[in-house]
Amino acid sequence: MEPKEYRQRVKRLEPPRPIARNALWAFVVGGIICLIGQVVQSVLMAAGYNQETVKAPTSIIMVLLGALATAFGIYDRIAKFGGMGANLPITGFSNAVVAPAMEFKQEGPIMGTGARIFQIAGPVIAYGVLTAFVVGLLRFAIMGGKP
Amino acid sequence: MKVQTASPIRQRGHLRLDATIAASASIVGPFEAKGPLGHLFDRVVQDDLCGQKSYERAEQCLLRGAVELLLDRAEVRATDVDMLIGGDLLDQITTTNFAGRDLGVPLLGVYSACATTSESLLLGALAVTSKAASTVVCATASHHLSAERQYRFPLELAVQRAPTAQWTATGGAAFLLGRADEGLARIVAATVGTVQDYGLKDPNNMGAAMAPAAADTVLRHLRARGQASRDYDLILTGDLARAGLPLLEELLGEEGEHPAHRLQDAGVLLYDPSQDVHAGGSGAACSALVLASLILPRLRRGELRRVLLVATGSLHSPRSYQQGETIPAVAHAVEMEAIV
Repeated sequence: MEPKEYRQRVKRLEPPRPIARNALWAFVVGGIICLIGQVVQSVLMAAGYNQETVKAPTSIIMVLLGALATAFGIYDRIAKFGGMGANLPITGFSNAVVAPAMEFKQEGPIMGTGARIFQIAGPVIAYGVLTAFVVGLLRFAIMGGKP
Repeated sequence: MKVQTASPIRQRGHLRLDATIAASASIVGPFEAKGPLGHLFDRVVQDDLCGQKSYERAEQCLLRGAVELLLDRAEVRATDVDMLIGGDLLDQITTTNFAGRDLGVPLLGVYSACATTSESLLLGALAVTSKAASTVVCATASHHLSAERQYRFPLELAVQRAPTAQWTATGGAAFLLGRADEGLARIVAATVGTVQDYGLKDPNNMGAAMAPAAADTVLRHLRARGQASRDYDLILTGDLARAGLPLLEELLGEEGEHPAHRLQDAGVLLYDPSQDVHAGGSGAACSALVLASLILPRLRRGELRRVLLVATGSLHSPRSYQQGETIPAVAHAVEMEAIV
C-alpha cells in the first residue's frame, strides 16, 4: 500500500475527538474559574479597592489559587475535562509555570527548575512581548506619541 | 558460498531458533494491578516511586526487581548467568544500564522502543541456539511517569490527551532462557523487523505508525515458515492498542490473512477500558508483562500451542518529533511453542 493511501486510511479510522463535549466542558470549567475570579474581585472591591486598583490583587490571588491547585495535583484533573477552559484563564498560565517548576526539581535548582520553569509558558511570554512591541510601534506610527 | 536456508522461502532476517524459556517474572505498579491481568503478576509495588527519589530510579528498581525475582524463582545464581540482554525507553537506556550496576552480570543493553521485548528474546534465543551462552536473562522495564517526563509534558501540566494516545505501562518483566527440556515454552523461530515509515507524524497515534511494521514482519515470518495465520493459536502484537490493531487487521486482510480472534494486542489486554488509558497500553514492559503473566502460563498448560509475539516499537524521539520528522517503526517477531 502507498504511504499516502495509508495515511488517508488512518485518518478515516481515527476515532473522532469529542469536540462538542469538550467545548461544553471548556465553557463550564472556564466559566466557573471566571466566576471565582469575579467573586475575588467583588470581595476586594467591597474591601475598598476601586475598578482600577482591584486588577492586580485579583490576578495575584487567581495565580496563587492556580499554583496551589497545581501543587496539590488537582489542576491537571480539572483540565482533563475543562481543556482550554482551564488553560486560558490566568490560573492556566500559573499551572504552566508551576508544573515544570515542580517537575524539574529533581534535576536541581539551576539546570532543573531554573532552566526549565518557562518551558511551557516561555513561548507565550516571548511572543507576547514581541506582539506588544509590534502593536506599540504600529500605534506610534498611526497615532503618534500622544497618550 | 552457498547460503543455507532453513525455511521454505528464504527470508532475510528470519532465524530458526532452539531455546527454552525456563522461567519468567513480572512486577507491576499499582495501576496495572487494577487491570484485568492484575491477579496474574508476581509482585505489585505499593507506590509509583517504589520508595525511590525519582521515577527514573523507580524504573531501575522495577527492572532489577524482576531480574532478582526471576533468578530467585529459578534458583539460578547471578554468577551463573552468561549474559543479560535488556532495554527500556529512557535516554541512553539508563534504566537497564544503571540496574546492571547492582546485578553484576554481563550486560547487553538493546533498544527498539516497545519492540525491545522481542528484540531481547530474539537475541537471547540466538545466543542459546548458537551455544554461545547457556543461561541468558532477557528483561525490559518501563514506567508511566518517567516516560511522560521524557516524551510528553510535565506531570502536573493541564493537558487533554487524544483518544488515540497510549498509556506507558509501569512494570518490569524478566525471562530466563536456556537449553533445558522443561520450562514454560520453546522459542523456535524469529524474524527481525525492517524499519517502516509511512509518513505519519502524530506521536499521539503510535498504533497507526507501527501497524505497517507489524504487518510486514508478520507476513515475512509467515512466508518464511510456509504457514498461514490460522496455523497459530495467537498472534500477539504489542502495542498497537485500539488505534493500531484494526489497521493491522486491514493490512493483513489485503494480503489474504484473516487471523480474526487469533490476533490480539498486549496494549488492549493489559488495561480495562474503564481505566481511561485511551487507546491502550504501551511501553517496553507492556508486551513483556502480558507474555509473562498471561501467555507463558497458558503455553505451559498447553492451552496455547503456538504463539507469535510481534512486539512493535515506535522509534521517534521528542527531538525528532519537534524537528518535524515522521515516525519510523519496527516490529520483531518471536515464535513460541508449547513444550508438552
